[in-house]
Amino acid sequence: MKRETILNVENLNVTFQTYAGEVKAIRDVNFTLEKGETLAIVGESGSGKSVTTRTLMGLNAKNANLSGRIQYKGKDLSQLSESEWVNIRGNEIAMIFQDPMTSLDPTMSIGMQIAEPIILHEKISKAEALERALDLMKKVGIPNAEEHIKDYPHQWSGGMRQRAVIAIALAANPEILIADEPTTALDVTIQAQILSLMKDIQQQTDSSIIFITHDLGVVAGMADRVAVMYAGKIVEVGTVEEVFYNPQHPYTWGLLNSMPTTETESGSLESIPGTPPDLLNPPVGDAFAARNTFALDIDFEEQPPMFQVSDSHFAATWLLDERAPEITPPAAILKRWEKWNSKKEKR
Amino acid sequence: MSEDRKKLVEVKNVSLTFNAGKKNEVKAIDNVSFDIYEGEVFGLVGESGSGKTTVGRTILKLYDFDDGDITFAGQSLSNISGKDLKEFRKSAQMIFQDPQASLNGRMKIRDIVAEGLDIHKLTSSKEERDERVQHLLDLVGLNKDHLTRYPHEFSGGQRQRIGIARALAVKPKFIIADEPISALDVSIQAQVVNLMQKLQHEQGLTYLFIAHDLSMVKYISDRIGVMHWGKMLEIGTSDDVYNDPIHPYTKSLLSAIPEPDPDFEKNRIHVDYDPSMEQDGQERQMREITPGHFVLSTEEEAAIYRSERG
Repeated sequence: MKRETILNVENLNVTFQTYAGEVKAIRDVNFTLEKGETLAIVGESGSGKSVTTRTLMGLNAKNANLSGRIQYKGKDLSQLSESEWVNIRGNEIAMIFQDPMTSLDPTMSIGMQIAEPIILHEKISKAEALERALDLMKKVGIPNAEEHIKDYPHQWSGGMRQRAVIAIALAANPEILIADEPTTALDVTIQAQILSLMKDIQQQTDSSIIFITHDLGVVAGMADRVAVMYAGKIVEVGTVEEVFYNPQHPYTWGLLNSMPTTETESGSLESIPGTPPDLLNPPVGDAFAARNTFALDIDFEEQPPMFQVSDSHFAATWLLDERAPEITPPAAILKRWEKWNSKKEKR
Repeated sequence: MSEDRKKLVEVKNVSLTFNAGKKNEVKAIDNVSFDIYEGEVFGLVGESGSGKTTVGRTILKLYDFDDGDITFAGQSLSNISGKDLKEFRKSAQMIFQDPQASLNGRMKIRDIVAEGLDIHKLTSSKEERDERVQHLLDLVGLNKDHLTRYPHEFSGGQRQRIGIARALAVKPKFIIADEPISALDVSIQAQVVNLMQKLQHEQGLTYLFIAHDLSMVKYISDRIGVMHWGKMLEIGTSDDVYNDPIHPYTKSLLSAIPEPDPDFEKNRIHVDYDPSMEQDGQERQMREITPGHFVLSTEEEAAIYRSERG
């Protein structure tokens, strides 16, 4: 089922001018977001996933330079002025932040914080806005919302605060929700509640979600499509099934293998050696080559293009080139491939 | 669990109340008992506020407990002081969660790692000290170029390696690792866990591994204890606890672990937990349901648990 494309990011580059030199945080990133889908962006710190989202919100620091296009409803967001951003930010594209303690204002009642974007974007009275805030609090599952609308953030638990943060993001009925590690600060049982809340809301409102996380377990449950980022580039993108059962990039293999599942046997955990590259001077070839046990000579010389695996699945690794030698991926990845093949046969 | 294995740490009916007698009284640890055998990894899991970190700190005598007793290698810790306490601090070390906050930013790596050596006067000359520090850095996969650098020059994973080297400096028998990997990136987490496992085998260490990342705890631990609201609810081998969880809370906790497998996630059934069963006023104690697998329960509940398992 082909859905309407709502956001189209083309050749996005973001660099930061610093005293040490130019940091190339995002390098030639392309992706699309369709209406009603959840796109997960996975990567480690420094991979550029958070800069991507901040760019989509127009929240980059002053020393950032942007090039490329961000198409949204016929507009190019990369060209907007700050006053034009005000109409988009929070209204059309809203963000759910990671840490509910620091993203809420400790001196303002929670009800008022939820009502604030409504007042700002819809020019309605405070009383009406607070009425809407109450509905939103009920919608995100805050018990006895009437009694708690005047509460302050410190009176609430982490999970409840994160619900408030979600309510704020939902306040102006945004088309796109960007969730930046929304459950990383929460306990697993609370995480499960928040994730199922986000799924319910998406079904009701048909909004699109960009979900930023490093937790592949959360991705497996939430995403329709997955983009894996490394050193400022997308190295693999595909449907959740393609990325988890038919992964092609050695970095994706490494990520999947370095996270134990409850079935991983002792002593069999494989780690990715080394550390991510310095984006002041990104390596010439494939940025992952230095940590890649499957690296070919070409990986150190030339950046691999995006090779097409299927209509929806792309990976930037020279291993997919027809001249590349046959290699055997790690056993745990072969197991995933087997599952993929047996699924294909069933279809 | 063979009975002939030596117990290194015995925690017996320990309770600890913060702000006792005041309005904001908190029962952080409530009658908790468990043993850690020599050479094993004991995993302690629970959510924030469950008391797992407090238990770790209490074992290290960073807090004084109110009731019960803790023994380390047969010696009671309740009245330990002076020379004995210093000796104990040498055998039991800690690896902290945040390697950024737990390393002194104004000290060089050489001095951070050697601090324990200096305090316990374990080396007699500067050469010996340097040699020992270098050996420790080797062990954790850092090299001697790093000796004269400061903590801010390192990545998170490297800093955690420095924290591990510092803990190993005094040749401890027992290490408490409190969320040692939760501040690290996924690809680095596996490196640190593998390093900890390697060191455990090489040096015959015993670990208390405290974490909320249940799959990692399952991976590294021989036995696991599950805590909630200051109480220990279930103890067993990691296979028993994961494959056959008995306490409703453990079941709920396990059902919430995200797995990197989309099919599994689609079919996930999340089990809710009703904590009111812990507050019904009934007297509960740890009872053995299957060999080596203990659950906090009443006599009747234990009978039901046992009958469910044949």
